[in-house]
Parts: sequence; structure tokens; C-alpha cells
Amino acid sequence: MNANTRLNTQKNEAQPRLYKIDFLGKRHVAVWASIILSLASLVSLGVKGLNFAIDFTGGTVVEVKYKEPADVNQIRLNLEADGFNSPMVQQFGSTHDVLIRLAPQSGVSGSDLRNRVMGILNKDPSNTAELHRIEFVGPQVGDDLVTDSGLALLYASIGILIYVALRFEYRFALGAILATLHDVVMILGFFSVLQLEFDLSVLAAVLTIMGYSLNDTIVVFDRIRENFRKLRRGDVIEVMNISINETLSRTLMTSFLTLLSVIAMAFFGGQVIHNFALALIVGIVVGTYSSIYVASALALKLGVSRMDLMPPEKEGVVDNRP
Amino acid sequence: MRNRYPVWKNLLILTVLAFGMIYSLPNFYGEDPSVQLSPSRNAKIDENVVQQIEKLLTDNGVKTKASELNDKRILLRFNDTDTQIKAEELLKSNMGNNYSIALNLAPATPGWLRAIGAKPMYLGLDLRGGVHFMLQVDMEAAVTQAQDRYAEDIRTNLREAKIRYLSVERDKASIIVKFQDAQTLAQGREVIKKEIRGLLLNVLENDLTIIATISEQEIREVRKFAVAQNITILRNRVNELGVAEPVIQQQGEDRIVVQLPGVQDTARAKEILGATATLEFRLVDSEHVIGSDGKAPLGAKLYNDRAGRPILLQRKIIVTGDQVVDASSGLDQQSGSPAVFISLNGTGAKKMLDTTKESIGKAMAVVFIENKSETKDVGGQKLTTKKKVEEVINVATIRDRFSKRFQITGLDNTEEARNLALLLRAGALAAPMDIVEERTVGPSLGKENIAQGERSFIIGFALVAIVVLAYYKVFGIIANLTLVFNMALIMAILSSFQATLTLPGIAGFTLTVGMAVDANVLIYERIKEELRNGNSPQAAIYAGFDRAFATIFDSHITNLLAAIMLFGIGSGPVKGFAVTLTIGIITSLFTAVTCTRMMVNWMYGEKRGVKLWI
Repeated sequence: MNANTRLNTQKNEAQPRLYKIDFLGKRHVAVWASIILSLASLVSLGVKGLNFAIDFTGGTVVEVKYKEPADVNQIRLNLEADGFNSPMVQQFGSTHDVLIRLAPQSGVSGSDLRNRVMGILNKDPSNTAELHRIEFVGPQVGDDLVTDSGLALLYASIGILIYVALRFEYRFALGAILATLHDVVMILGFFSVLQLEFDLSVLAAVLTIMGYSLNDTIVVFDRIRENFRKLRRGDVIEVMNISINETLSRTLMTSFLTLLSVIAMAFFGGQVIHNFALALIVGIVVGTYSSIYVASALALKLGVSRMDLMPPEKEGVVDNRP
Repeated sequence: MRNRYPVWKNLLILTVLAFGMIYSLPNFYGEDPSVQLSPSRNAKIDENVVQQIEKLLTDNGVKTKASELNDKRILLRFNDTDTQIKAEELLKSNMGNNYSIALNLAPATPGWLRAIGAKPMYLGLDLRGGVHFMLQVDMEAAVTQAQDRYAEDIRTNLREAKIRYLSVERDKASIIVKFQDAQTLAQGREVIKKEIRGLLLNVLENDLTIIATISEQEIREVRKFAVAQNITILRNRVNELGVAEPVIQQQGEDRIVVQLPGVQDTARAKEILGATATLEFRLVDSEHVIGSDGKAPLGAKLYNDRAGRPILLQRKIIVTGDQVVDASSGLDQQSGSPAVFISLNGTGAKKMLDTTKESIGKAMAVVFIENKSETKDVGGQKLTTKKKVEEVINVATIRDRFSKRFQITGLDNTEEARNLALLLRAGALAAPMDIVEERTVGPSLGKENIAQGERSFIIGFALVAIVVLAYYKVFGIIANLTLVFNMALIMAILSSFQATLTLPGIAGFTLTVGMAVDANVLIYERIKEELRNGNSPQAAIYAGFDRAFATIFDSHITNLLAAIMLFGIGSGPVKGFAVTLTIGIITSLFTAVTCTRMMVNWMYGEKRGVKLWI
């Protein structure tokens, strides 16, 4: 089980193989790291919660561009003077761009609000604001979205569970789904700790990461299954270690390439998809780690054995290579 | 051994790729600033109108790039937005009465592509600017209205059957009918049961009371109808706004999404969407003719029908919309032709009877009236003017005397009957709507979003391509070509479905680059491994593709599962992301496995003892 174990594999393998990195030997460290980080995320989610965008809470967001640098404090005071409760006014991108968030108000329609807010923002005739974007979401819409999102996450998890259980075995399915949920908790924790705005697109990113992280996990599982059938010797841990090592270059390469495209999104895609890209970056990094460590370690913990993955009737490898 | 595909397989792949290349092309031609004219009332559009417009524009020094005529509208293309706006102003002041004129961005797809049906993707609001409304239909009000109608129906029926009752009242969820004695209770029960459908009756003999509840099924119908009806009304109104390519869709059970690309003036849009409507039934005035000055003679009122033809009606109103209890479309039992069935309440029924018994053989018209308010900015002052738009939606001959229930026949088809019924109900009993979500995206932000989306995509793609090339050499070139094909295919499919591209949709493209290349990575890593294991290049290629396939398939399915879940939540932008991602996952399965294989076969498949540059 040490890093230099040699394994004599099946006869059609020309060379004996060795694995370089003893991943599962260090699984305890990884498991603890994951547990601590997950707990930290959950605590943060419980204490600080998520900074939900108006998609979920209802309310109004106004985005304007001023001709001259804008005085954020003055705008906030002006808004408060007009009866808006604790408006959030902040700059983004440049000193000219201002983003305003207002809590949902009952009995006020979108266009009244728009006229009122634009009136306040344009108080100073020497520095007028151009409206870039205004969004008004009723509280009911937000509530429904929270429900729908919860259901989407749940259905995605169940769908994944069923698929992996059918294709592999229930212990692998549990390992895969827990690893995936681990990633979801990490992303949510990241957004909670830093209090980044959590909007619908971030939720989309979370669901995407569920698929993505699972993709990685399945590639590893696929190889584990193949090696269980092919390699007669070696215990479960050895086989898993070999499999993870074999797929490592692929896992890293794919994650690196996907990261490249997502990083481009985060840096050049603009304000609207910035948090979306950020969630993807966190998700890809965590997802890569979890599919290497968490999924296999969990399947191991749940007691996966060679017998579980043997094909029902035939034994050995079906090799149809020419 | 050799690695080769049979000829048919190569041809199939090449055909698909050719489809992808050609049908993605329209997206690269950009758009022409243009103005579109659609006839609003009786106005026709034909070559003459086009020539007239062209003359008008050239006389005023406005140069058109091209003008197109199809059955519904005239499209004028311009070289820049300045001329476009100049032309719009000219047309509005000269032809605005008969045509609705809207600014548009028409795709500059060349003729040969349009001839084969290739169109560019449709740009979402976040990319082109505009307003997005979400309206919620007040279902409770719709159900309450239905209950009121039933209560009224019960009263009339009991009265007609000469059964005395103490009271008919609407409670929260039911209608309570009280009687004096057991006999009238029994009679009343029979009448209600026979005459009125869709009610569940609960008879409390001891209290001399019938509690009538609307059946679940009927309530479902009422709800469904409330939404359908409001969509019809919205469609009519949006058409008036003259917006190019509006979107009006039901979302969920009780919500309607209205998207108006290019509209910036939300206040005006809302005034039009929020107009209220009513109906008037009047007799047609056949004794007078329209005066030579185009004005109505004394005692008559001049209207236009839907085709814009003038029609004279009597001043006296027979029945108004609030007396209409129900209107539904169906088939006439005798002739089997499409018909609209109308029910009136007690007051309306009496008036209708009084009128019709003296007017058999005369024509009766239904006038649809919309009350709109319009706010104009006059010298810093906001002036709101109320405007009434009246239109005759139907004229029918009175065949017999009637009161409470009657039907309009002689309609051209069921579609017309359905529309008439919807309009009648719209004027009488439309369920109220609230705007629960409103998003406005300025045009400059739209342009910025496109630019940023494109830039991030190009940079992301370039980074991936460079790394793949450096790492996999010749196979990297193949992988990159495959990526290009994949992008073209996604674009072609989105374009043929006329799917909406949003900023998250562009992000979907960027993300697909990373995910699609994964399949190539899986295959290549496998080939490398097989080579390390001492297999011959040809065997390594074969095994690499063969063995990676199961893995690729599995991993694609899981991605697909998550992407499909995304459809379930949210609207607009996020759906755009889900669509792009889903299509991207499916196409990458095809391109990464078969296209890559084809190219690898061509490159190496026929040679013995080659060295693979991987």
C-alpha cells in the first residue's frame, strides 16, 4: 500500500504498473478537511445566511451611469430622505457606475418607483444619470423561485442518485451524491462567508457544478469498475488508487481547461455573469478535489468490494481489441 | 490493422458538419437598423405603398438600403441608426394613422441563406435592451367572478321557474340559497340541477338551504380561461404598441410574461397593457346614411369595424358589458356551425327582450371599448389624457326575440368564434392582473453585454485552444477543429429552433468549450495510456476511442441531467443558459467522438508504424 507497490496485472498488460500517488492512504486527512470545511460552510449559512439577490427576495435594483463620478453617500441620504428604508447604494466597475438595491415595498408599482428613483438620482442637474437597468421583482415571485430552486436541486440529486445506482452500484451512488452535495455546500459556504450576491445565475452555476463534479466522479468510478474486473490481484484500496492515478492526468487537464474558459468569463464577461463565473470557479476546484477524494473515500467507507462490481455471469475482461 | 470509417459514415458526418457551418452563418452578418410598418386598420400593404414610402423618403433625402414587402409588413433597411430614426419620424407623421411603425433591428442575412431558411439566433432582452413584464392573473378574483355569475344564474332560473326563494348569497367558497318551505326547496333543487351545470349541490333539508359549490373541474376551467383570455387581451394591446417581435407567454399556472424588445418607455407600455375594456350592444342604424362630410347624422353614432369600414349604430345602448354573465364559443346544435353563446343577467335579459321583440330582422352590433390613459411630458409637466378606443367586433341579424341567453352564428370558423368569445369576456369579465416583475435593460447595456460576452468567449476559447495544441500537438489541432465544429453546430441548432440567446447563454457557450474538450481529453489520455502499455499506434487509437466512449457517455448523461433541471427554474436568461448547455452537451458527444475519429482516421488510420504526435 505504500507509494512504490508494484502490481503484476493481467497477462495482456505488457508492463507492470505502479501508481505514483497514494491518494487513499491520505484519505483521513482529506475527509477531515472536508468535514471541517463543510461544517464551517454550514455554520456560516446558518449564522450569516446567503446574500440573496432580488430574484429571490423581491425588491428593486437600479443600475445607472453618471456623467461625473458619483457621490454614493449623498445618493443614499437622498433616497432615505424620500422614504426608502435602508437603501443599498454602491459603486461597481467605475466611480460613474452606481448600483442601488431597494427592499420590496408594498403597494408601489414598478414604474412609479422608477420615476421616483430616477427623480432622486437626477437631483443634481450638473451630473445626470443614465438608466442602464432597472429590475423590479414582486415578493411572491421571489418566494416561488425559492421553492422552485429547492425542488430543482432535489430532483437533480434524485436523478443523479438513480442514474449512478443503475449504472454502478448503490454505494457508489451514495458516494457520488454526497461528493456532489459536498461541492454544493462549499459553493454556498463561499458565497455566504464573503456575502457575495446570490442570484438566479449563481443557482444555475450550482446546478451546473452538480453535473460537472459528477462527471469527474463518474470518470473515476468507471475506471475503478474496469480495474476491479481486469486486475485480479490487489485489494480494494490498491485498485482505487491505481484508478485515480490513471485518470489523474485527464481529471486535471479537463478541470484546467474548463477553468481557463470560466476564468475568462469572470474577468471579461462583465458584471452580470461575474458571480456566476465565480461560483463555477469555486465549484470546479472543489469538484475536482471531491471526485478524487470524497467520492472514492466514501464508497470505500460504505464498504464497496470487488464482488459488487463484477459482471453478473461472465468473468474477466471482454477484450474486443483487434 | 487499419482505422477507417465506411464511406457512408464519413458522408453523414460531413453532411452534419456542412449543415452546422451553413446554418450558423447568419449569426455573423449582423443587423440592419430598420423600420417596420404594419397596417393597423383597414390599410393595405402592397407595392404601391412601398413605392409611396420610397418616394416620401427620397424626397426628404433619406436613403434606404433596401425595402421588403411580405404579407404582414413592410420592412425598410437603413445604413445607420441616424437615418433610421429620421425615417421613423417621417413615416410616423405622414402615415402613422393607418400603420403602426416600429424601430427594428433586422438581421442582415444574405438572400441565398434566407432562401434555405437559415436565420440568426434571436437575441434576448439582456442583449438587445427592452422591457420584461411578468403579470399575475388574480385567480381568486376570477373564481369570485365565476361565483357571482352562478349566483346570478340561480336567481334568474328560479325566477323564471316561478319558485320563491328567500335569498341567494355568495359565501367564501359557495353559494347559499335559502327557501321558505320544503316544497320550494325540492323544486328549487330540481331547477338548479337541471339548468345549471358545474355545480355540486348540498341540500340541508332542516335549514331549508342549498349550498352550491363550483366543482373542482369547473374551477380549473375558470382558471385556465382567465389566463387564456388575458393573453388574448395582451396580444391585442401589444400589437397596438407596434413592437417588433414581442413575446407573450404563459408561465406557470397563473402568470404571463410579456417581453417588448427595444421598448424603453415602460410607463407608456404599462398604460397600454393596463387598459380596461368594456362592451356595448347597439342596434345598427339602417335608416340613416353617413353624411357627405363623413360625420354621423343626428341620433346615430359612427364606428369602425375591425376591417376599418365605417358603420352607423343607434345612439341607444341595449346592454353593456357588466350585464354579460358569460360568453363561450362552441358549435350551433342545429347547423353545426361555429357559434358564440352569450348569457346576460336579469337586468340585461329584460332590456334585451324589450329590444329584440320589436327588432326581428334588424342587425345588432357589439362594440368593444378600451379605456386607455396616455401620459405625455409637456414642458416638464406630466399630462395624462384618457383615451377611448371603440371598435365594432361583430354585427349579426336578430332572428328571433331573445332575452337571457342567445347565440351569435354565421361566424367564419371556430377560430373566429373563439376570438369573439374571448373579446366578449375581456370586455365583460376579465380577471384583473398585477405586474409582479418588471425588468428594463437599456440599449447601451445590451450592447455592452454582447461585447463582454463575445470577448470572454473568444478569450476563453483561445486559451483552451492554445493549451490543447501545446499539450496534444497534432491531436490538439484535431481537437480544436472539433471544438469549432461543435460551436458551429450549437449555433446552427439554436438558430434553426429560433432559440433566444442571452448573456448566460453566451456563458453556456464558453462553458461548453471546457466541457466539450473533456471528451477529447478522455480519448487522448486513453490513447496515450495504451501507447505506454506498448500497444501499436493503430491498436491504441482503436482502444482509446472504444474504451473512452462508455465513460464519455456516462459523464455526458449526468451533465445533461443537471442541465435539464435548469429548465425547471427561472425564466429568460437562465433558461437560455440551460438550452445552450443542453445542446452543447449533446453535440459535443457527436463531434468529440465521431468527428475526431474521422479526422484521426484520415490522418493516421491508413498508415502502418506511424508515430502519433500526441
